[in-house]
Amino acid sequence: MTPERGEYAVELRAVHKAFRGHPVLRGVDLAVRRGEAVTILGGSGIGKSVCLKHMIGLLHPDAGRVTVLGTDVTELRERDWVPIRRRCGVVFQSSALFDSLPVYENVAYPLREHLDLAEDEVARRVRQCLAGVGLPDAQIEGLLPAELSGGMRKRVGVARAIALEPELVLYDEPTTGLDPANARRIASLIGELGRRLRVTSVVVTHDLELCFSISDRVALLSGGRIAAEGSVDELRASTHPAVRAFLEGAYDETRVEEERADGQ
Amino acid sequence: MNGRAAGLGRLGEAVIDAVERFGDCARLVGNTLRALGRPRPPLRETLRQMHSLGVRSTLVVAVTASFTGMVFSLQTAFALTRFGAKPYVGGVLALALLRELGPALAAVMFAGRVAAGITAELGSMQVTEQVDAIRAMGADPVQKLVLPRVAAATLMLPLLTVFADVLGIGGGLVVASSQYGISPHFFMQTVTYNATVNDLVSGIAKTFFFGAIIGWVGCYMGLTTSGGTVGVGSATTQAVVTSSISVLIADFFLTKVLLAL
Repeated sequence: MTPERGEYAVELRAVHKAFRGHPVLRGVDLAVRRGEAVTILGGSGIGKSVCLKHMIGLLHPDAGRVTVLGTDVTELRERDWVPIRRRCGVVFQSSALFDSLPVYENVAYPLREHLDLAEDEVARRVRQCLAGVGLPDAQIEGLLPAELSGGMRKRVGVARAIALEPELVLYDEPTTGLDPANARRIASLIGELGRRLRVTSVVVTHDLELCFSISDRVALLSGGRIAAEGSVDELRASTHPAVRAFLEGAYDETRVEEERADGQ
Repeated sequence: MNGRAAGLGRLGEAVIDAVERFGDCARLVGNTLRALGRPRPPLRETLRQMHSLGVRSTLVVAVTASFTGMVFSLQTAFALTRFGAKPYVGGVLALALLRELGPALAAVMFAGRVAAGITAELGSMQVTEQVDAIRAMGADPVQKLVLPRVAAATLMLPLLTVFADVLGIGGGLVVASSQYGISPHFFMQTVTYNATVNDLVSGIAKTFFFGAIIGWVGCYMGLTTSGGTVGVGSATTQAVVTSSISVLIADFFLTKVLLAL
């Protein structure tokens, strides 16, 4: 039985993308069901972020089709993206907070852009979002992004992404550059937001710990295609060479560290 | 033979690249003009830019204009002495300054300061994904970033040019009276007798175009920055060079058009 189109939050069908003649995506097929948390796993520079940017229209496919929240966006013009982007949130790898604006204005930005709210309502929602990511301290609202730690910047980035109560949240390497404690905090935040707000999450990462802790389903990107997909357990049990290579490559590193820790 | 073919190939690529860049620039201009007609114009941001791009350029324009007026007066009075026309230095200075020197100098100084500033700011935003973030939140970078800067540059450069004209004539007056013994009263008489409102207007009219060019070049270079912080540096240098040269070339053609009117 083929699911109805409306059942998917995001669909990539045979998506190809090349940069300066160098192919990055060579026919990516991926469908993300509504309410699901899907992780796109893969090594560095393999095209995971490129994949993600197709889902929000920051990149357009050379060939293939992209559907987001029931709309075919493959050839959508920039201005027709607005109603779709309004229903999506993106957490960027570098957080991408606006340097010139304090935390409060950063989180208020999407609210001011799309809703005509009174200032006290904006303030209420900004505080609610910041509290939702574990930053309830009012002092932080007036700080500039440069005055925050990397982990806090990431959390403000998440608060901004959920300000409009999106149906779909895209995370680009949410734990990269964070220390293990902050990385775990972000991971539990992503899982909690998915459950609490019933949003669809697509996470791009090479962080296995994050992947295993939040994913309903995992897709491994390798050689410009989705080489394998399935639940976390299916992936762990998979004998697919690309999966084994990725998991063992990553496992080896952790195992060495564990052994070193045990030996001490 | 092969070398020649390869050379032609490279030339062809360079031409295609240049045409593509020109096309992108033209599209940015078109999108900015379209953004002008949209509801909720970014007035507050435009005012902020008018302050940061315009008001903060006054010192550099003031120093440039007054010293140019002074040196112009020195040189012209020296040269006019040969023809026994030394007292008319004020008239010559006023014509040169109002019609050409004021607008061109103000524009080149403005290009150096403003195009560099815009490119560095937008370039940094581009490489740190802030421009992508604006788009991803359903907002338009052209309306949010480009329109306020281009509008501010277009409105502020003419004002700065009037300021430059006044200070340039003032500088010339000081030198003419102190070095060549021309009375300030006579100096101003030759200024007002020789320079017409038409001279002033034809000079100022050009600066609206110069301001817009500088704003657009700065924004274009910023938004197309790639290659991290190194990219921001080279884009900024390129923005200064491109905007200064564009202004000087546009000056020639605009002057031709204005003279034909």
